[in-house]
Amino acid sequence: MSELDSLMEAFGEAGGDKTVLASEDVAHLAASGHKLLSMRSVKGLEVSARETLTGISVSVTVKEEVKIKNPVHLCFGVLHKKGTQKIKMDVKLEKNSCAGFIAHCIFPRAEKVTHIMDAVVEIGEGAEMRYSETHYHGLYGGIEVRPRSVIKVGRNGRYFGDFTLTAGLVGSLDIDYSVEAGENAVSELTARVFGHANDDIKIKEKVSLEGEKARGLIKTRIAIEDEATAEVTGITEGNAAHARGHVDCMEIVKDNAVARAIPIVSVTNPLAKVTHEAAIGSVDKKQMETLMAHGLTPGESVDMIVKGMLR
Amino acid sequence: MALLEIRDLTFEAGDKKILDGFNMTIEPSEVHALLGTNGTGKSTLAYLVMGCGGYRPASGEIVFDGKVIDDLKIHERARLGITMAWQEPVRFEGISVKDYLALGNEGADPSSYLRMVGLHPDLYLRRMVDKALSGGERKRIELASVLGLKPRLAVLDEPDSGIDMLSTQDIVNVIKAFREKGASVLLITHREEIVVIADRASQICNGRIVCTGHPEEVAEYYKSRRCIVCDGEMCVYV
Repeated sequence: MSELDSLMEAFGEAGGDKTVLASEDVAHLAASGHKLLSMRSVKGLEVSARETLTGISVSVTVKEEVKIKNPVHLCFGVLHKKGTQKIKMDVKLEKNSCAGFIAHCIFPRAEKVTHIMDAVVEIGEGAEMRYSETHYHGLYGGIEVRPRSVIKVGRNGRYFGDFTLTAGLVGSLDIDYSVEAGENAVSELTARVFGHANDDIKIKEKVSLEGEKARGLIKTRIAIEDEATAEVTGITEGNAAHARGHVDCMEIVKDNAVARAIPIVSVTNPLAKVTHEAAIGSVDKKQMETLMAHGLTPGESVDMIVKGMLR
Repeated sequence: MALLEIRDLTFEAGDKKILDGFNMTIEPSEVHALLGTNGTGKSTLAYLVMGCGGYRPASGEIVFDGKVIDDLKIHERARLGITMAWQEPVRFEGISVKDYLALGNEGADPSSYLRMVGLHPDLYLRRMVDKALSGGERKRIELASVLGLKPRLAVLDEPDSGIDMLSTQDIVNVIKAFREKGASVLLITHREEIVVIADRASQICNGRIVCTGHPEEVAEYYKSRRCIVCDGEMCVYV
């Protein structure tokens, strides 16, 4: 079996659609460790990638006015028990372009694996980018994941980022995303993580609303159990007139897990407005009782509430 | 034999007796309306019947189908056929209306229950039971969900509150549907036009039943504030 087949096999086992790379209408890039396994582009999308000593360096450009019909699939992973994968990614969406990206990060057997992502994203005037990253981790927890992104959203541009890690053990996760939103730009960052055992979760997301009427939302949903720990820092800065930002963090804590939420909101323009809400604790009692009144056991009720929150 | 029998029930919150020697019966397939002003113990009774956390009788007992259920947890009571529509139903992130209506009602078509509460299935089944729903929409979905459970006893805590007057007929239809399906209903309400569809009605004041009888008579009694317990002192604010 080729390494690409193995990667897609693991992807399929994690619940993904293995056939996604076969379609000629769908652009993709697949890499295992520092090996580039497969790549396809479509009209209006320029992709170049090269192998480095420890990973892959990728450059993606969506040309002006081009709307990419199908999401671009990015499959990254380390199939061995040990290894390092550093992904360096530069993404540029030119004026009035539009593209969606779905990143699958697969580490089924990780015992001592490091996955580092360094991304620089530039979204041009009126352009829109949707980026969804889903991780599939094994049951060993021996993985360190460090995604870093610096995103700049131009005038009237839109960025929607979504990070999900709810399958397998998290290991050590340290997210650091930063967005700068220009005039009338929209930025939404969502993260959903389910931690177990000794998982260590750190999420830091920052949205700077620099342009007039820029809008930003940071939404974080965390569930942790056993001895897991989570620290979520959501920073929103309103630095321009009529900028609107909101930080929304919810963490459900079970067993001996420990959660911390640090919302930091600042406003330097009197016409800007930034709000935040954070809820940390056990499962809501009334939600539990409502589901139990439908016949669910306490355990089934907690599962349903947590799964719903992380969906 | 009554389906639900509440015997000499007393419930205290701190020093205050919320229910004080409360007695009530609900017969099979009976809709029994409970009227009372704010703070008289109506919702407390609902929580005690459902077995909610923190609601344990200080004395007395709740008997369902001949069995004392005081020690049963909520889901155990639900499995006996008791369920409840809360006055202010909670929201759930990530749970669709379709999935919510399927809880305890797997395999059934949820559309008919939504139609019964005046909601079009095409507009609601894929929506989430979250903050995006208005209070009235959420209450209707809760009623549809309780209806779908096919309970033996449905406790409806002010199903009409927060729902516009024009839609009162939808609520009336739902209550009738419970009765037609053989369910008993403990109906907590303030509205006379809802009370009159009950088979019997009782007025609660100061933690006790002060009268039980024909719904129209009890509603009239309630309106006149002629309460034998407090002489109108507790029953002024509806």
